[in-house]
Amino acid sequence: MAQNDTARKDAVQGRKRSPGASVALHAGLIAASVVSAFPVLWIFLTSLKPAGHETSSKFVDHPTFAAYGDLLSHTEFLTWFGNSVLIAGCTTLVGCFLAATTGYAVSRFRFPGMRPVMWTLLITQMFPVAILIVPLYQLLAKLQLLNQPIGLILTYLTIAVPFSAWTMKGYFDTIPTEIDEAGRIDGLNPFGTFWRLILPLARPGLAVTAFYNFITAWGEVAYATQFMTGTDKMTLSAGMQTFVNQYSENWSMMSTASVLIAIPAAIVFLLVQRHLVAGQTAGSVK
Amino acid sequence: MAAVDTTTGRPGAPAASGDAPARGPRRAAGPPSLRAGRLRLALSKHWYAWTLVAPVVIVIAVLVGYPLVEGIYLSTTNANDQNTEKQIGQFLHIPATYKSVGLGNYTDILFGANSTFWARLGFTVSWTVACVGVSFLIGLALAIMLNRRVRFRAFYRTLLILPWAVPAFVSTFSWRFIMNHDRGFLNHALQALGLPAVDWLNDPTMAQVSVIIVNIWLSFPFVMVAVLGGLQSIPAELYEAAEMDGATAWQKFWYITLPALRPVSSTVILLSTIWTFNMFPVIFLLTNGGPGDSTQLLVTYAYNEAFTGMRQFGESSAWGVIILLILVVFAVFYRRSLRKQGEVW
Repeated sequence: MAQNDTARKDAVQGRKRSPGASVALHAGLIAASVVSAFPVLWIFLTSLKPAGHETSSKFVDHPTFAAYGDLLSHTEFLTWFGNSVLIAGCTTLVGCFLAATTGYAVSRFRFPGMRPVMWTLLITQMFPVAILIVPLYQLLAKLQLLNQPIGLILTYLTIAVPFSAWTMKGYFDTIPTEIDEAGRIDGLNPFGTFWRLILPLARPGLAVTAFYNFITAWGEVAYATQFMTGTDKMTLSAGMQTFVNQYSENWSMMSTASVLIAIPAAIVFLLVQRHLVAGQTAGSVK
Repeated sequence: MAAVDTTTGRPGAPAASGDAPARGPRRAAGPPSLRAGRLRLALSKHWYAWTLVAPVVIVIAVLVGYPLVEGIYLSTTNANDQNTEKQIGQFLHIPATYKSVGLGNYTDILFGANSTFWARLGFTVSWTVACVGVSFLIGLALAIMLNRRVRFRAFYRTLLILPWAVPAFVSTFSWRFIMNHDRGFLNHALQALGLPAVDWLNDPTMAQVSVIIVNIWLSFPFVMVAVLGGLQSIPAELYEAAEMDGATAWQKFWYITLPALRPVSSTVILLSTIWTFNMFPVIFLLTNGGPGDSTQLLVTYAYNEAFTGMRQFGESSAWGVIILLILVVFAVFYRRSLRKQGEVW
């Protein structure tokens, strides 16, 4: 349906595009793509340059994977990587579940407390890290959750879930309520309707939510730096900062670590990017 | 449980008043059995909705609500690293000794003799306006280009979303290499062209421009993806009809595309403004606020206040409260102006 619409609209707009306009269009897109991909490409190329050549401005200069071996065998990189995978993975799973249930509730039911819940979710977005971080630090210390993955996971949920719940609400709003009613008539209870009928239909929305949750947890710096202090407990974003102090002149070490950190994010991204446009629409229109 | 208590406590909730005319005055004083009965009725009617939102409400209440209240309280004290409660080892417990200073932190920040607040606010506002404005225009332009039928569309789109897909702390390292004064790619390229090298990150004014450039690079994909979604939901019939009436490309853009994008853009601008105003990693990792304090945002300044040097928790919290108030005021005015223009948001 939407696909069809786009195709027709393209046909309408594409019909009278002159060769000049086509060239301009491609030139614009190519220029923008180069700018957006260059820093990512550059850090990859830097990671392949051997010691002594890492600041060379040539694109390829004696390429070697030596820095990767060094990084994996001589630093705590793998430990941090594991911590990050655990924390980002749990945040994504729990975050998707919570965002879906909350989004479904505010999309489908009129219940006392609904408006306050939605407002709270919106306002939570505005809290600067500066107001929450000290009390949160003390709270986690009291609960013995500092330096524990669970403490950071809970913190990330408070960042990621509010926005995700809004996205999911927007997505659920596009699924006709007749489907819920059909489910109820067939004898499913409300949770059954949600779990077996609506959730599978909302897969694109869930994909976007998963992406957002994962990226949030994978790349967060401020909380990770303060809450995880033991070298063996650090996540990548906190650990990388010890690199900056130790190896600030060692570009190949830092770029190598950067490439390895970017890979899981890129994989998650490639898995969901098909759904990104569709899911995002629903989230931001409503 | 917490969710039920807080939600049923609200007066004027639609379900509670729907079948009970003129019961208002008695509500508070009503016999316990009647109140319990109403609670049971509300429970049986809304229990699944409440169960669905309860986990989020509880997590937010404990991990955002409580720290918020605590943070506001701390902002009226002289708490710092030395005088807060501490647990050393298993047995030594040092109680908190900080005391209230009323609104002292706030007056210090706003009107103190060597207050940096107004300079930081000035930069934070220009940073937000520049970043949100430019990344919105770039995102809009690219979304319109990508929405055309163009060869390699999927390829372009993948490359253009890259800055969003790569964690910010990774790409800021890359930008630090690229913008390095002596050995960075940008200066090598400039010199190869016979131009003088630019001190991207160490000159106060240039550093401000550089952090804005990097943040625009980081944030345009979000706008692009959201606008692209908005564009694809515009019915093709509108364009067909306009074409029948002989509308020019510009007229179609101005009278169909832009108005249809209003709901998407208003949300995108609101969210980007909030996120950019509170942006932490870009500044923290690219320049750490330097040189001097030239690229320090309100939020990074407040963070440094709490976690470097003297660790002034109280003062840092006061900065946080001020930032929050600014954003709330902005959101209220933004929403009001949207409503005046007829948005139902």
